[in-house]
Amino acid sequence: MNIGSHGGSCAHSCCLRVQNLSVKIGNDTILEDINLHAHCGEMIALIGPNGAGKSTLLKAILGQQDYNGIISFCAPGQRNRRPKIGYVPQSPTFDPGDPVTVSDLFTCCMSKRPAFLGLSKAMRKKVLECLDRVHGEDLLDKRVGALSGGELQRVLLALALEPLPNILILDEPLSGVDVEGMEVLMDMLDEIRQVYDLSIIMTTHNFSVLNTYADQVILINKSIVCQGTPKQVLSSGEFNRVFHRKGEIV
Amino acid sequence: MSLWYQLCDMLPIEMLHWDFMKNALLAVLLISPLFGISSTMIVTGKMSFFSDALGHSAFTGIAIGAICGISSPTWVAVIFAVVFALLFSYVRSRSNHTADTLIGVFSSTAIALGIFIATLGGSSFTKYNKYLIGDILSVTGAEIGMLAIVLIVVIIFWLILSNKIMLTSIHPQLASSRGISVRVTQTLFTTAIAIVVTLAVSWVGLLILNSLLVLPGATSRNVAKNLKQYSLFSVLIALISGIVGLCLSYYIGASSGAAISLVLALLFLISFLFRKVRM
Repeated sequence: MNIGSHGGSCAHSCCLRVQNLSVKIGNDTILEDINLHAHCGEMIALIGPNGAGKSTLLKAILGQQDYNGIISFCAPGQRNRRPKIGYVPQSPTFDPGDPVTVSDLFTCCMSKRPAFLGLSKAMRKKVLECLDRVHGEDLLDKRVGALSGGELQRVLLALALEPLPNILILDEPLSGVDVEGMEVLMDMLDEIRQVYDLSIIMTTHNFSVLNTYADQVILINKSIVCQGTPKQVLSSGEFNRVFHRKGEIV
Repeated sequence: MSLWYQLCDMLPIEMLHWDFMKNALLAVLLISPLFGISSTMIVTGKMSFFSDALGHSAFTGIAIGAICGISSPTWVAVIFAVVFALLFSYVRSRSNHTADTLIGVFSSTAIALGIFIATLGGSSFTKYNKYLIGDILSVTGAEIGMLAIVLIVVIIFWLILSNKIMLTSIHPQLASSRGISVRVTQTLFTTAIAIVVTLAVSWVGLLILNSLLVLPGATSRNVAKNLKQYSLFSVLIALISGIVGLCLSYYIGASSGAAISLVLALLFLISFLFRKVRM
């Protein structure tokens, strides 16, 4: 496996390229021959049935999963370096009884000062700045276990954006979020990719948001079955076959 | 020590006229914060049963040390408990069994091995009774010095690693995505707990040791609103229970460890009721 700069040409200032990626766990082939190309400011949605290998692909990009193939990244001043990746994990559940506030969570993630000593003024200012990016300043002193699905996703998104990454990866960010929260979250992601010019790769089972927000949709079922714009993929025969559907989802 | 003795002599408290009570009180003042600090992480990391298993492994280490004729079996027990903790972490990371099943396997094996070694060749088990119920009144000046050093080391360890341990405990996947090695952090944490448990087992006793490791954190969790309160309350609860339990055991005439545990249990009950009212 290899993470580094890629040799191919790309018109965009920064991009992530995955070439011939495959993942085997024991004798099982989880993913094979995966190729994808993500540019700055682009939102890519990975879709596929359960067990298709979507989360495994994200883990490989994150460096948490061994793989064969090449994952390369280039950005101005960052050639030959690993990209900075912000990650929002799948179905994050926190024990509702744990006395851990949002500010505690940020301190644990971002500060060397022990969270049990409390929040310093400088750290409080920094956490508020981070939460401001997701319009969540009011969540600072809330317990993490008491947050709604949408609020928790916003908090984790704010965490993933500090330090500001080149690539933002979200694993099923819409699961456990109500319809209203879904719209708020997707609008926020759309705003973030435009403001910070970063690539967003997300997995989802919610196809209704794809036409509005995704630039590229990749249908995976161990290998890439179909790839293109949301309209192309959602109206394809491959999509209907994989999801046992009879018509287009819009 | 002499300064502590002078301070105790100045206090108009009858139980502090005895040197063994002066030692015991100082030991409680040192060991309680150790338990209070460790307790929050054990409770948050859902490792209550694991710390109990470590107590069992400490007993086995003491039995091995004693049968080998080593004058200070505590250090053999520390090494055995650390190996036990590392072995458990290794097996846990490579097994599809749940943690509680593996803890059951390790715990029962350790205690069986300990009893087997202790009674080998028809030896009497009586000399090991102090490790079962503990005897903080027997703590010596040298042991108090060692406790003070361990307390300082644990505090330094905590100041450096507490954020990583807490994040690993509350959400391992999130910790991993922030560049924290979950396995290394968990191993360091279990090693630290193994050392604290083993050093405390002869004073507190294997049978009630776990109550001191779990109850301060569990009680604090009932009332704390954030991590600062969680840690502060846990240390205070451990300290208050230690002092009150020691006094009770002196005036009533019962095991100190048991008295401390009962005070902790009472505080847990009060905090539980308060939590219900608050909710």
